[in-house]
Amino acid sequence: MDFTDDQLQRYSRHIILPEVGGKGQAKIASAKVIIIGAGGLGCPVGFYLTAAGVGTIALVDNDDVEMSNLQRQIAHSVHSIGMPKVESAKKTFSALNPDVTIVPLRTRLTKDNIIGVISEYDIVVDGSDNFPTRYLVNDACVMAGKPLVSGAILRFEGQVTTIIPGQGHCYRCLFEVPPPPGLVPSCQEAGVLGVLPGVIGGLQATEVLKLILGKGMPLMGDLLIYDALKTTFRKVKVPKNPSCPVCSDNPVITELVDYNEGYCSLQ
Amino acid sequence: MPDVKAEKKIDIRGLICPYTFIKAKLAVESMHVGETLEILLDNAEASNSIPKSMEDLGHAVMNVEKVNEREWVIFVRKEKE
Ligand SMILES: [Zn+2]
Repeated sequence: MDFTDDQLQRYSRHIILPEVGGKGQAKIASAKVIIIGAGGLGCPVGFYLTAAGVGTIALVDNDDVEMSNLQRQIAHSVHSIGMPKVESAKKTFSALNPDVTIVPLRTRLTKDNIIGVISEYDIVVDGSDNFPTRYLVNDACVMAGKPLVSGAILRFEGQVTTIIPGQGHCYRCLFEVPPPPGLVPSCQEAGVLGVLPGVIGGLQATEVLKLILGKGMPLMGDLLIYDALKTTFRKVKVPKNPSCPVCSDNPVITELVDYNEGYCSLQ
Repeated sequence: MPDVKAEKKIDIRGLICPYTFIKAKLAVESMHVGETLEILLDNAEASNSIPKSMEDLGHAVMNVEKVNEREWVIFVRKEKE
């Protein structure tokens, strides 16, 4: 890849790293990543991947920016209230790095559209805020063989894991089915410390860059749990479940499922 | 000066750190193992730091020569990918 003078300056701290170099930066520039959700997690993931020079970043979200988002969704501002989140984020990211092609997808993912939506991308990042989407994205990535970097946040705790279909575990190896809607925190209970998605999203963006570069060890077979109050990181082993309903050799789930509504999301 | 033949030459006069090293590193990346890069530079600090950084990366510094008041020529042989 021939770098312009601006690109040499912009990516100089990457190119200096032996693990990246010009070849690694070229890999980053040709990578295509899709981020599910342009909210708490999607904002920092998209921000850092844009800064890193990922060639194409798609953002999927069906919501508009609200004042209550601004405590943690750092790509949006008072000027973008009422605007689709994907358009607001595109504006912010494009201003940071015009090298990056941002693809705003204002849509709701369903069992009928998700495979088509993710098919053009190399890596999927889940920054969604609800169980139906989390399971839909997991199942679609397993079926389509797409690496998935999954993150979740609630109150003062966050989780990250990297799913590489055919190699490691999947989300259903961990929890076979979504919890019943009554067990999921209601809107009144579902607070979150605004900086928490910055930590978890930063870890997700790091996982994505490692996958693109083929360097280091992906967070595969592990769930990383961050407790902000105690300032601890715990790694919990997640073995591949030989009878997993979706990623085992004889899966019982062979078609995508849209779980019913009734879940509250933390918009 | 030993008789060193370079497969590739770069002129990085006028550049300052870290772009001196970045240009040199990108040039080495584009070459094959065993080939030699000739670097012409006029940054005194880089005349010390580039040979050291290249050795840290595992390449062989064949020669560093001050060719006049303010210019140096460095020969580096690529030793590994
Ligand atoms: Zn599984």
